[in-house]
Amino acid sequence: MQLKKVLKGLVITLPLVTVMACTSTDNGVDEAAAKEAAAAQAAADQAARDAEAEKAEIMAMQQREQMEAEQRAKDLATLEQDQVVYFDFDTSNLTSSARAILSKHAQFLAANPSQSIVIEGHCDRRGTPEYNIALGERRAKSIQTYLLNANVSSSQMSVVSYGEEKPVANGTSQSAFAQNRRGVLVYQ
Amino acid sequence: MNKINSILLSLFFICFSLESHATLEIYITEGVNNARPIGIVPFHVSAGTVLPSSIDEVVAADLTRSGKFFALNRQQMPQLPKSDSEVDYSEWAASGAEALLIGHVQQQGADEFKVSLQLLDVIRGQITGGQTQMRSNGQLVTNRDHILDEWSWVISGDDFRQYAHRISDIIYEKLTGEKGAFLTQIAYIIVRDSETEAKPFQLIVADYDGKNENVLLRSNEPLMSPSWSPDGRKLAYVSFENKKPQIFIQDIYTGSRTMITDFPGINGAPTFSPDGNQLAMVLSKDGNPEIYVMDLASKRLRQITRNRAIDTEPSWSPDGKHLIFSSERGGKPQIYRVNLNTGKTRRVTFEGDMNLGGTYTPDGTQMVMVNRTRGNYHIAKQGVDSGDMLVLTKTFLDESPSLAPNGSMIIYSTLHEGRQVLSLVSLDGRFKARLPVSEGQVKSPSWSPFL
Repeated sequence: MQLKKVLKGLVITLPLVTVMACTSTDNGVDEAAAKEAAAAQAAADQAARDAEAEKAEIMAMQQREQMEAEQRAKDLATLEQDQVVYFDFDTSNLTSSARAILSKHAQFLAANPSQSIVIEGHCDRRGTPEYNIALGERRAKSIQTYLLNANVSSSQMSVVSYGEEKPVANGTSQSAFAQNRRGVLVYQ
Repeated sequence: MNKINSILLSLFFICFSLESHATLEIYITEGVNNARPIGIVPFHVSAGTVLPSSIDEVVAADLTRSGKFFALNRQQMPQLPKSDSEVDYSEWAASGAEALLIGHVQQQGADEFKVSLQLLDVIRGQITGGQTQMRSNGQLVTNRDHILDEWSWVISGDDFRQYAHRISDIIYEKLTGEKGAFLTQIAYIIVRDSETEAKPFQLIVADYDGKNENVLLRSNEPLMSPSWSPDGRKLAYVSFENKKPQIFIQDIYTGSRTMITDFPGINGAPTFSPDGNQLAMVLSKDGNPEIYVMDLASKRLRQITRNRAIDTEPSWSPDGKHLIFSSERGGKPQIYRVNLNTGKTRRVTFEGDMNLGGTYTPDGTQMVMVNRTRGNYHIAKQGVDSGDMLVLTKTFLDESPSLAPNGSMIIYSTLHEGRQVLSLVSLDGRFKARLPVSEGQVKSPSWSPFL
């Protein structure tokens, strides 16, 4: 879009410049000098055109980058809306729905190696706090292993277990327990 | 019939507790009540004395909360004697009370109170009538052996609660032969409402009865696992304040704190050795939670466990020669014991789906733990030699048991009406009480040593 506009501008202004140059020769100036001037003018015009083109290219590139960044931000926002995977009671095995969620994160993280994440492991209230810290770490690590196998670099990931210390749902219903048994991918 | 009796008994106790100590909830859920009646007579107050608070009510609550005694309420007392000479011993014997505390408070200055006390043996008093004269070496002497103890102190108003606990300690020891633990403290974590508190995670030290709460640390990230140094001056705990678990040791009196570990992965479950020179802990720096012992002077680590399963919750034997810990090496978590000299390890629990969070009683003869049987998490005890396990509680999702330094009582965290609260259960399982708590989820209680 921007490039087209610039080119259009050049098409309109160039003939005007040429006409003005011709007018000056009519005023009895040496023809050779006029030719020289015309050549210089042409060269200058060419340089200007080159500069404009280069500028246009840079702008196009910036635009592309911006679009990519926007797309990445959009992808990230989508991923962050789906950053939690849930576990069954007293296990760190990934369910099929957890794998489906994680594979999307893996694609993005593999494509964006500068992006880092913290993988949090959480548990429900049952069991002792210390045991749940260990279980939460095992959950976070099973997510980490999945992502490693999906070409995410280990340098992009760190793991922290909060055990039963940060529940999202209070109470003792099965659904509260289920909501708390989770792994969370936190983008940094 | 038995059931009706126990219901009536518990109703009686609920009413009793509401009446005389509104903050203490007591319920005896089952079994024979073997608590011994005792008369803590409301102290006599001299004219013109303005009491800052009641001593006798604190003593009565202490003794009742021990599970070993129950303090008669005012209606159950045959009389309110002001001194030894006024006591009608046969009336008191009929009330069932074996001992009687009578006291007198007299204000001597703006903040100076003289407290005089007598602990009387009701049975002996009934026999001798409170006064016997007998011949000894040809002399007529007055025998007052029904007086178990008597004291007199001059104290300030701020000291009333502390002295009340001290009185409870003396009475408890006189009558049971076992040291009282009423002057002790508990450390615990409160998680307050994050909507109203900017730093909802708080490390608290309070008197053993939940009074005089003192916030040692506030954080916007979790705090875990407070554990006392054997001199009662310091607490080790885990803080996530830097978005990862790190072990700290904090001086309770100066507030100064030192970071002890900052390894990758888990830094958890710190526990002081009985001599205070070492700290057992759990680290997963090499990929898997393992038990380590750190020498606190040199900061040198010694790895105790080494296998692919979860190992956690180390707890020292009173002689410092063993650790018990929870391990999943056999499948579900069970308690294992490791000899720290030989490294020899053996499994010690076999009953129930799993056993976790084991800790020795102070005399080293029993272990207390969280037992899961058919999905229910309860506090249980097991003889170290006998291996017999007894489930002590019937509350919901019990965890983090910690023993009083005299081994009489276990404090633990449980769910009550959807809230995490602290509860007490006596080591024989017969006495159960809930502690009054402030707002929030209360967890990870740790009972101090004798202070």
